[in-house]
Amino acid sequence: MMKEYAYFPGCSLEQIGLSYHQSSIETTKKLGVELKELEDWNCCGATTYFHVDELLAYALCARNLAMAEKDGLDLVAPCSACYKNSYFTNKYLKEDPDLAEHINYALEEDNLSFSGQIEVKHLIEVFVHDVGFDEIRNNVSKPLEGLRVAPYYGCQILRPKKDDEDVEQAEYFEELLSAIGAEPIPYPLKLKCCGGSLLISNRIAALSMVRNLLQNAEENGAAVIATACPMCQVNLECYQQQVNQEFGTRFSVPVVYFTQLMGLALGIPGKKLGIGKEIVAATPLAPYAT
Amino acid sequence: MTEKVGVYICHCGSNIAGVVDVEEVAKWAGESLEGVTVSREYKFMCSSLGQELIEDDIKNEGLTRVVVAACSPHLHEKTFRRACANAGLNPYLCQMASIREQVSWVVEDKELATEKAKAMIAGAVNRVQLHEELEPSLVPVNPNTLVVGGGIAGIQASLELADAGYPVYLVEREPSIGGHMAQFDKTFPTLDCAACILTPKMSDVGAHPNINLLSYSEVEEVSGYVGNFSVRIKKKAKYVDEEKCTGCGICIEKCPKKVIDDVFEAGMGYRKSIYRPFPQAVPNIPVIDTESCTYFERGKCKACQIFCPTEAIDFEQQDSYLDVDVGNIILATGYDLFDCKAMPQYGYGRLANVFTSLEFERMCNASGPTEGKIVLRDGVTEPESVLIVHCVGSRDENHNRYCSAICCMSALKFGHLVVEKTNAEVTSCYIDMRTNQKGYEEFYERLLEEGMNFIRGKVAEVTDAARFPGEEDKLIVQVEDTLLGIQRRIPVDMVVLMAALEPRADAREVGLQFGIACSMEGWFTERHPKLDPVATMTDGIFIAGVAQGPKDIPAVVAQGAAAAARVQGMITKGTVEIEPVVATINEEMCSGCRICNTLCPFNAIEYLEDKEVSYINSVLCKGCGTCVAACPAQAISGAHFSNEQIFAEIEGLLYDVISGNGAKAPQVEREPIPA
Repeated sequence: MMKEYAYFPGCSLEQIGLSYHQSSIETTKKLGVELKELEDWNCCGATTYFHVDELLAYALCARNLAMAEKDGLDLVAPCSACYKNSYFTNKYLKEDPDLAEHINYALEEDNLSFSGQIEVKHLIEVFVHDVGFDEIRNNVSKPLEGLRVAPYYGCQILRPKKDDEDVEQAEYFEELLSAIGAEPIPYPLKLKCCGGSLLISNRIAALSMVRNLLQNAEENGAAVIATACPMCQVNLECYQQQVNQEFGTRFSVPVVYFTQLMGLALGIPGKKLGIGKEIVAATPLAPYAT
Repeated sequence: MTEKVGVYICHCGSNIAGVVDVEEVAKWAGESLEGVTVSREYKFMCSSLGQELIEDDIKNEGLTRVVVAACSPHLHEKTFRRACANAGLNPYLCQMASIREQVSWVVEDKELATEKAKAMIAGAVNRVQLHEELEPSLVPVNPNTLVVGGGIAGIQASLELADAGYPVYLVEREPSIGGHMAQFDKTFPTLDCAACILTPKMSDVGAHPNINLLSYSEVEEVSGYVGNFSVRIKKKAKYVDEEKCTGCGICIEKCPKKVIDDVFEAGMGYRKSIYRPFPQAVPNIPVIDTESCTYFERGKCKACQIFCPTEAIDFEQQDSYLDVDVGNIILATGYDLFDCKAMPQYGYGRLANVFTSLEFERMCNASGPTEGKIVLRDGVTEPESVLIVHCVGSRDENHNRYCSAICCMSALKFGHLVVEKTNAEVTSCYIDMRTNQKGYEEFYERLLEEGMNFIRGKVAEVTDAARFPGEEDKLIVQVEDTLLGIQRRIPVDMVVLMAALEPRADAREVGLQFGIACSMEGWFTERHPKLDPVATMTDGIFIAGVAQGPKDIPAVVAQGAAAAARVQGMITKGTVEIEPVVATINEEMCSGCRICNTLCPFNAIEYLEDKEVSYINSVLCKGCGTCVAACPAQAISGAHFSNEQIFAEIEGLLYDVISGNGAKAPQVEREPIPA
């Protein structure tokens, strides 16, 4: 049976994260999951809006939730920031009837309402929990044997903490990479922040954070870094050159989306997965992208 | 009403008079309140002059009731009741109005405070006129004492009592007494060896004719009341006959099964399946751990039984129960150590060379798993650098807000041991250095001179993610040096986490079992934090040691002795007065529904089968009033809290809003409630 989700790509996936969007759609289709894009989705508020006006920010996220609920589908976001904002908005609205009342008052303007009937998931959770490693393993046609991948969780997909989740030592990304035949490498900084939007306000501090991550992944033998967030991807890849200039380093680590790796393993042509559009060339993937 | 009421309003220096207009209140009470014949205010009513004022008025003015408006009855009710009794008035005809705790300390507006004081006094005056004369009953005090917990606090308390000639039952959960102190190496600040000062006391306990040591045992049930508790103690099966065992240890030697010792060795060492925690254990009798014993697992082995020269091993042994009667109980149940895995940023459990303070303590101990050598987790490599992280789980909003009190000094002791035993550089990362007991600051000075490094700042993270040259294969400690205002990355070989002291995981259940309260954190609550630190709100139950709150060994020993002294006082006196403020059942009205029987938190109500009514044991009853409120037939009345008395008090409190009294309640300006 086809699993269906309301798909909330978020702003990044329309442009800079286009390859994440393409590979998400392709891989899920291959695994019998349909991502039904929300028809009139809006921005999640990103990292800033919750600090500007919390109530309005909740209303913004709640609109997407309400539309998904109307379709009777759980909401899936591939972007960690979209996921985190939608996740805790959903949680708070369920737990705080006072807040829900305020928000529903605003949603009325759009003939919408939200009663807390759906769940919010990150795309990686759909693969890990809903599809399952066995199902993925069964569908792999080109296992990524010998590819040393640094699984980069970033800081947002594990927060807020869910029941029984080890937020400091998560392992599911590694297991997912193993399921597609790749070799996940252990490195201590896998959960550390990429700097987020700090690049705008404190460039040097942010570049230093990126440097630490690249160094830690490279020293532990990573051929590529796999991310699950367009923000992380941009910071780690697009600013590598600036890191090199600033700190005199010579990093050249490709940073790809985990869905791109999955797509290759599932036998989807690289072109359909947006491979080839990298700034740091993804040469280590060449043997697998035939 | 024909009672003559005297009202006495205390200034409490400026505590009350600074906020409440006491002259005005006294004048008002004398003029407006029915039944009041004398109304006075005085600087300190609790002083002997203040008390004499009351006594004189009772004698000269013929007062039949007394109201003292002052502090909380917790503090001085006894004082004023005694004053009444001195003048020949039944002490229960005296009532207090708490116009300090409930008025002057909490109401800022002087006018409102004065009005509130008036209402409180009006309530007390109304109520006191309906009071009845009550007489306390006397019950004998059993000279036996139960001490729960055989750490240094329980040991001290037991020895004090036993040496004074009184019988003690000492119950210890583990196979040996000694507690945490037995695990330590040195004790600060004098650095005398913990075992050297503890084991003589332990063997004194083991050999004392007045101490009945019940190791590997737990209290199962407690009933009764001050002076007369009945306690059921569960003696867990040791599978070793205590009468026959000589403590030779051959069984331990021959036992083929080795398991990690998570309790005494803090997971650092091994013990056998039949074991005693350490060589100087008291009692010296080993126990079999059935969870790991090969015989209990597979039905084969019996090596211990085969080799035991006195046939003391008994695989058929069952848990047994011992019922004892005691007059008083001392709880000295100690503490648990904070689980350092709850702070994953410090890497404990993931990074091999991060140790807890208790692990390090065992490592330093000459009889410990490394025979006193300070080495990395591999068991052989001596560290070149050690960093000690303070306040792990203490002074931390995410875990425990309180200071664990002993860690700074323990850290200094560890620093000294590192300097003494290795060539390693040792650094302490502290928030504040707290060395405020006798000889402690001097010890801190000594460590400064011995070359220990001190960095003021709470450690953010311990990681193995090397970034700079020199960090490879090290633990890197990230900390903000708040004195220099810089971030530091310190590569070291070993990290020691000074774990917080936490209440025992089952402290709340134990508290409930013995009828005493716990603080928010779970420490046992003392009767008064300064003036009655080892007694509890339940008469006859005393507390000592870290179970009451974090403290060091000298303070623990002092509390153990203090609790024993309090118990001795009770025993020497021989009898104890039981409050007459209790509930009674009117048998004619009782339908025998038994609703009250299960509700009573003190198990004071029993059902009389022959009469088909319930009966309240007045010695067990604490006068809480639960049954009074619950009785559907209104057959139960609470002395001192009858319906009439309570309604009269409420009427008094509301004197100014009851129509026809002519007075109007002060209007409080409120913020409008948002729509």
